Amino acid sequence: MSSKRPKSKEARKIKGKDKKKENNFPTTDEGASELDHPDYIFPLVLTSATQELFGCRADEDLTGENPYKLLKKEDIVQDMKTRASVSDFSPVKQLVLDYPEDELLLVFDRDFTYGQSFYLVLTVEAKDNILKPSVQGDDEEPITHEEEVEEEEDMIIPKTPESHPWMSLGSEQEIEEESVTESRPRLRYKISPLLRRCGAPVFFSDRGALDRKEGFVECPSYQDKSFSIRAMERHTAVQASSDTKHSTTQTLWKYPRNTWTQYESREFSLDEKEHHLRSENMKNFITSVLTRFEISLQQNHIADVFCDDWTALCEDDGVLMGKTETTLKEYQSFMDLYFSKEKTISHIRWHPTISGVIAVSMTERLSLEERIDNSAKLLLNPSYILFWNFTDPINPQLQLECPDDVLCFQFCPSDPNIIAGGCMNGQVVLWDISAHVERLQDTRSGGKNISNNLDRNNVTPVVRYCAVSGIEIGHKAPITDIQWLPETFELSKLGIPVENPSRVSVQLVTCAPDCCVLFWDLRPPRAVSQSLTDVKQKSQEKPLENPHGVPNTFKHLNLTWKPFIRVSLPKIGSSGEYSPLKFSLRDNTVDCPTGDKPPQNVDREEGCGFAQLRVPSAKQQKPLENISTKLYVGTEDGELIYTDWKIEKDNDSGRLLSSKPIHRLLVHDTLVNTVSRSPFFRDILLTVSSFSFSIWKEGVTSGPLLRSACSKMLRTVGHWSLSRPAVFFIGKEDGSIEVWDLLQNSHEPSQIQNISSAAVTCISTSSISSKQHLLAVSDRLGTLHILQIPWTLRRSSNSERQIVKKYFEKEEGRLEYFQKRQIQHEKERKEMEAEQQRKKTEPMMSLKQEEELEAEALKEYEQFLALEKVILKNMGLLTVAEDRADL
Amino acid sequence: MAEVEDTLKRIQSINGVIGTIVLNAEGIPIRSTLDNSTSVQYAGLLHQLTMKARGTVRDIDPQNDLSFLRIRSKKHEIMVSTGVKYA
Repeated sequence: MSSKRPKSKEARKIKGKDKKKENNFPTTDEGASELDHPDYIFPLVLTSATQELFGCRADEDLTGENPYKLLKKEDIVQDMKTRASVSDFSPVKQLVLDYPEDELLLVFDRDFTYGQSFYLVLTVEAKDNILKPSVQGDDEEPITHEEEVEEEEDMIIPKTPESHPWMSLGSEQEIEEESVTESRPRLRYKISPLLRRCGAPVFFSDRGALDRKEGFVECPSYQDKSFSIRAMERHTAVQASSDTKHSTTQTLWKYPRNTWTQYESREFSLDEKEHHLRSENMKNFITSVLTRFEISLQQNHIADVFCDDWTALCEDDGVLMGKTETTLKEYQSFMDLYFSKEKTISHIRWHPTISGVIAVSMTERLSLEERIDNSAKLLLNPSYILFWNFTDPINPQLQLECPDDVLCFQFCPSDPNIIAGGCMNGQVVLWDISAHVERLQDTRSGGKNISNNLDRNNVTPVVRYCAVSGIEIGHKAPITDIQWLPETFELSKLGIPVENPSRVSVQLVTCAPDCCVLFWDLRPPRAVSQSLTDVKQKSQEKPLENPHGVPNTFKHLNLTWKPFIRVSLPKIGSSGEYSPLKFSLRDNTVDCPTGDKPPQNVDREEGCGFAQLRVPSAKQQKPLENISTKLYVGTEDGELIYTDWKIEKDNDSGRLLSSKPIHRLLVHDTLVNTVSRSPFFRDILLTVSSFSFSIWKEGVTSGPLLRSACSKMLRTVGHWSLSRPAVFFIGKEDGSIEVWDLLQNSHEPSQIQNISSAAVTCISTSSISSKQHLLAVSDRLGTLHILQIPWTLRRSSNSERQIVKKYFEKEEGRLEYFQKRQIQHEKERKEMEAEQQRKKTEPMMSLKQEEELEAEALKEYEQFLALEKVILKNMGLLTVAEDRADL
Repeated sequence: MAEVEDTLKRIQSINGVIGTIVLNAEGIPIRSTLDNSTSVQYAGLLHQLTMKARGTVRDIDPQNDLSFLRIRSKKHEIMVSTGVKYA
């Protein structure tokens, strides 16, 4: 409420400045007409007597805090009556009387806001308004307190705003001042010219504009300053309105829908097809088109259209290599200073799985007489098989101790840790090097390990043999050749090849010049009766330690090992036997029979199998049909025997006898030192003897396919190349190697290269990688040379095999032709002899025949003369003189 | 009918021929020595290729027309011969 007052006061201050002065002066009479206070407020001056009368003494009854006093109307009226014009209330006499209620509010105006010390509130509403907010203000506090005590939640009662009546603050007065109102009625004037002028005749005349000065009025242009004045201030009104535009859009509502379509290729029905085929047009079309097809097909026949000449061209080019290396390059040589003294190498074998490891067998370099003389000394000098590794050319990796000089040995194809060797005394020896395989593999990886393990370096481990065959029951002559049977099949007692379920090579074949070929089995023989003592002995033996650190692999065989098949080679046509030196078996591969699981070689323990394998009973074994049981044997006398190893039962004596050899071929003059099969062709053999070598084909019995000329230098050994079907190597006594390439020359070697000064004793090839093929050559001095085979000799072209095959077939054809010719010659010779015989028995008959012949000849001559005359007569050439002369 | 049969047999019996298909102008097989699915596949593919080849030849020279088409692949050779339309 108090805020309202200053507002109105300010409004009045702006508008009515002159009236302000009057405000400050207290006036008692001119209250209502002056607009210096609201209408409902009437400033009063109350004398002290009046104050005491009404109990509103200033600063006593009414203070600043409590300025309100309600006065009764009757009291005021009575006061006015008693004191009439002296009463302070006299100016408001009428107002008081008009006041509707009984009590009026008197407010002590301490601050003289309305000019007097007191003012009277004249309207009920104002009174209420003044009282109520104060009352409310006073009341609110106790109420709030009460409320707080009672209910603390509802502190503020939300009030909807009530619409108050509009209170005039003087703005309508401004509008009234601005508005224009008519203060008096409008005045109307009517002006018209005198009537007498209307309708009077008028006379018009011309007058020029320039005639008189007053004829025209000039309005020259002048610079109106109002246009040049720039408006600095302008009243403008701006209204912002948004730009509206009407537009519409419509979306196409596409919802996913599953659809599918199925089509079928168009086809004719049978009737339609028939109809088409029958039509005339079809016939014409086909016949017209046929010729083109035939021409094209013929073209395809004539020239092979699918052969790519470009790629086929590049296969045979070896000329790309700048330097044609044809010589065997020396790669490494091994010579053991301690062990190789006075010794020679008899056999070389590459380790089948570990690359870079090669084994050689060392034997004494003595002839037979010398051996006999020095036999005592020889017993003290044990012989060895040495393992060499490429990383260490001075020290061998492993030594295998042998009971006697080993002439030949082989790694087991199914387990490279087992090595079988044949000795000079006829014993077969077995070694198991499983304990030392890591050493061989370790050093293969490089020299790093060697430097770390110093103690292992200097001492080469010696491995003693696991088992030897019995001396009495084996060979009686030095074993010259030994081979393993492949793991795919094994032989039964009678030599019939049967299935080998264990997939482990268990059988060996050996031959010696004691005229027999023996088959050995590695498994323990089937005991006929197993006594308890034997079982006990076996169990007692187990805790015994091996005296020499020999593994137990072949304990069951040691010294009791005997062959299970003995094939003897009786001579054909005469008594006696052949003495084999080398033999060669056909390389038989057998498919895995259905139902058997393929072998899991990885899981096999080392050296476990042999003792636990048992020779299966004859009933269980299934004979295999595809295996050829025939073998070629080269003998001491230079013969090549083709025989079967199957044992037959001789019905008369009941003994088991081996069959007679199928045929025998005498080709060479001296002993055969090599019989080897080509790795590419199963039926091609190479036999080498001292002066010549031959190539044979299995089945062709008339002769060798190729026989070399006799050479001056003795040939000691031969070996096929592993990579090229047409190449083989021959070693000679002067220490050189001949490389024979059948594609180039068949009458002389394509290359001769000298390797060492002593005779070559053995050759073996190995392919370490596709880029490196190595040839191992040993000589009589005990040195092992490793040579690298050059690219030309190891890379075969695709057609080489076929070319060689054709060559062999051609040779075979030649042999057949020779045979035929020979037969024919025989026939002719016989006929000729028969004729001669006949001629001799009839000498007289020939004379008679001669006379008759003469008579016949004369007759014929006369006939001829007659004929001649007749012809000449017919031709008119005959002269009359001749005709008459004849007559 | 018999002549057509004979001729087709003759072509089929030449050494090296794997199969023969006769199509009409729209590419629907009329007669085939191969099984149905193969015939349909070959018919569809070769018809399109022949149309394309023919179009090419005639674009170059409108008086010209395709007579024979040989497709040689690594494994086989396909020969297509087109004749005058016989409706």
